[in-house]
Amino acid sequence: MELLASLGDGFAIAISWQNLLYALLGCLLGTIMGALPGLGPSNGVAILIPLAFTLGLDATGALILLTSVYYGAMYGGRISSILLNIPGDEPAMMTCLDGYPMARKGQAGEALALSGIASFVGAFLSTCGLVLLAPQLVKVALLFGPAEYFALFALAFATLGGISAKNQAKSLFAAALGIMLAMIGVDTQTGVPRFTFGEVHLYDGIDFLVAIVGLFALSEVFIFLEHRGTEKDATTGPRMEIGRITPTWPMIQSCIPTMGRTSILGFISGVLPGAGASLGSFVSYSMEKKLVDRDGTFGTGDPRGVAAPETGNNAAAGGALVPMLALGVPGSGTTAVLLAVLLALNITPGPLLFQQNPDVVWGLIAALFIGNFMLLALNIPMVGLFTRVLMVPPRILMPIVAMISFVGIYGISGSSFDLMVMLIFGVAGWALRKLEVPLVPIILGTLLGNEMEVNFRRAVTIADGDYSVLISSPLTIVLWAIAIIGFIIPIFVSSTLRRKMKKDERDLTD
Amino acid sequence: MSDRIFGGIGLVIAIFFAWQATLIQTSFISDAVGPKTFPILLAVLLGISSVYFLLKPDPEPDWPRAGRFAEIAFAALVLLAYGQLLPEIGFVIATALTAGYLAWRLGSKPLEAVIVGVGTSLGIFVIFKLLLGLSLAEGPLGF
Repeated sequence: MELLASLGDGFAIAISWQNLLYALLGCLLGTIMGALPGLGPSNGVAILIPLAFTLGLDATGALILLTSVYYGAMYGGRISSILLNIPGDEPAMMTCLDGYPMARKGQAGEALALSGIASFVGAFLSTCGLVLLAPQLVKVALLFGPAEYFALFALAFATLGGISAKNQAKSLFAAALGIMLAMIGVDTQTGVPRFTFGEVHLYDGIDFLVAIVGLFALSEVFIFLEHRGTEKDATTGPRMEIGRITPTWPMIQSCIPTMGRTSILGFISGVLPGAGASLGSFVSYSMEKKLVDRDGTFGTGDPRGVAAPETGNNAAAGGALVPMLALGVPGSGTTAVLLAVLLALNITPGPLLFQQNPDVVWGLIAALFIGNFMLLALNIPMVGLFTRVLMVPPRILMPIVAMISFVGIYGISGSSFDLMVMLIFGVAGWALRKLEVPLVPIILGTLLGNEMEVNFRRAVTIADGDYSVLISSPLTIVLWAIAIIGFIIPIFVSSTLRRKMKKDERDLTD
Repeated sequence: MSDRIFGGIGLVIAIFFAWQATLIQTSFISDAVGPKTFPILLAVLLGISSVYFLLKPDPEPDWPRAGRFAEIAFAALVLLAYGQLLPEIGFVIATALTAGYLAWRLGSKPLEAVIVGVGTSLGIFVIFKLLLGLSLAEGPLGF
C-alpha cells in the first residue's frame, strides 16, 4: 500500500502540462534518434544532457525529458532493424532476424507495429518489476558501509563488459583509464590539486559531460568520415514498402505467451550485473525458438521471432534501472549515461535517494509509465513518419550532430578549453573503437571514480589505516567474489557465446 | 602490431601517471590513505593491462587507408580551428563554415554542402538562441 501511495505521489509530480510536454518531446526526439543510423540511445541522451542542463530545466523536468528520450530511442532502434536489416543499436540486432524477412514479405508495417506492442509490454512489465524490486534492494543497500561500496564499484567495473566481453584486459584498461581521468582536479579530501599541470581549467576536473559527448557523439562523426562511400556505408539499402500498419488480432494473440515469458527473462537479465539488454534479447530469442518454433519458421519472418527479442530487450532496459537507482551503480552503457543525467542534476542515486528525494525517484518512475503509453500511442499511427527519418542521409545528419554537440558543451562553461578537451576525446574515442577498447567503462570511470576513491579512503581511515578492512565483512567477501568470478568467466565462455550469436545470425540471414 | 603500439603507449601513460602521482604535494592535514595511493593503484592496473597487450595482441584492426587517415586528421583540425575561432568570428559564421565543410567531406555536392552549412548554423541559432535563450558565442558582429 505504501508503494502505491508513493507511486501516486510520483504521478502527481509527473502529470503537469509542462512535464507531459517534456515527455512528449522526449519520446518524439528519442524515437527519431533511435531510428537514425549512428545515433543510438547513448548518443542521443549524451547530446541532449548538456542542452537540458544549460537550458536550466528543473530537475524533474530534465529527468522526464531525458528518460523519455532514452525509452524512445529503445523503441526507435528497431525501425532500422526491420526496414534495412541494420540494427539501430546492439540490442536490436536480434530483431533483424525475423523483422527483416517479415519486411521483405511485405509485412513491414505489421512487423513495426507488433514490435512496438512487444516493446511496450516488455517495458511496462519491467517498470512494474522495478517498482517492486528497487525498494527491496534499497533495504539491503542501507547495510552497506564504505568498504562494501568500494567492493560494489569494483564489481560494477568487473562485470560491465558483460558475459560476451571480447578481451577483459581491454575492459580493465578502459576502466582504469576512466577512473584516472576522474582523478584530475582538486582532491576533495585534502584540497591539493592532482594532475593539473598548473592548468587552471583542470582544477575542477574534467567534466564528464565533455567526455561523454566527445567519446560517443563526436567519435561517431569520425567513423562516418572513415566509412563514406565504402560497403560499410549504411545508406544504400533498397526502399521498403510499409504495407498495413495494424497487425491482425490472431497475430498479436499468438505472441502473447511469448511476450509474457520474455518479459520476465529480459527483466532478470537486466537486473543481473553484466548481462544487459543485448544478452536479454539474445536469451529471449533463443528460448522462444526452442520452446515454440515447432515448424522451423523462426528466421523466416515469424511474428513471435520479432516479439521475443523486442520484449526481452525493452524489459532488460527497465531491469537495468534497478541497480542504477537503488545502488547508484549502473550495469550497462545506456544506464551509465542515465547516471550521468542524474549526476549532472546534482542527484546522487543510491539507497539514500529513496529516503531523501522520494519525489525524484517516484516522479521518474511515473514518467517511465507515462512515456511508455505515449510511445505506444505515437508509434502505431506515426510509424510511417518515423520511417521517413531513415531517409535522411548521414552527409546531412552528421554535421548537424557535430555542431549540436559543440553548442551543448560550449553552453556549459562558455570556454573554448572544454571544446578542445571534447575534441581530444572524440579522436581518442575513434582510435579506441578501432582497437575494440570498450568506451562504457571509461565513461563509468569518469562518473564514479571520485566516489570510488572516497569510499576506499573512508573505509581505510575509519579502520586507522588497516587495509584489511576492505575484505573483512562477509558482505565485502561476497561482493569481491562475484566481481572476480564475473571478471574471469567471460575469458572462458565469451568466445563460444559470441560464436553462437554469430552462427544464429548467419544461419538466418543466408 | 597495433595492439603492441597501443600497449606501449598505455605503459608510458601508466608510468607517467604514477610518477606524477608521487609528485602530488601532501598537505599537513591528510587522511590515513592520502591523495597518492589510489592513483598509483590505478597506474599499476593500467600498466598490467598494457603489458598484456604487448604480450598477447589481438588481430590487427581494419585500419583505413592513408587517405582516410588524412581525412579524419583534417576534420579534427577543422574542428580545432572551429573551437578557437568561435569567440573571434562569432557563432553563425564559424558554424556555417564548419558544418558546410563536414557535409562536403561526408559526400555532399558543393551546393548542398553550402545549404547544409548555412541551414545548420541558422537553424541552431534560431532554435537555441532566439527561442530557447541559450548563450552562444558572440563575435564582433554580435552573432
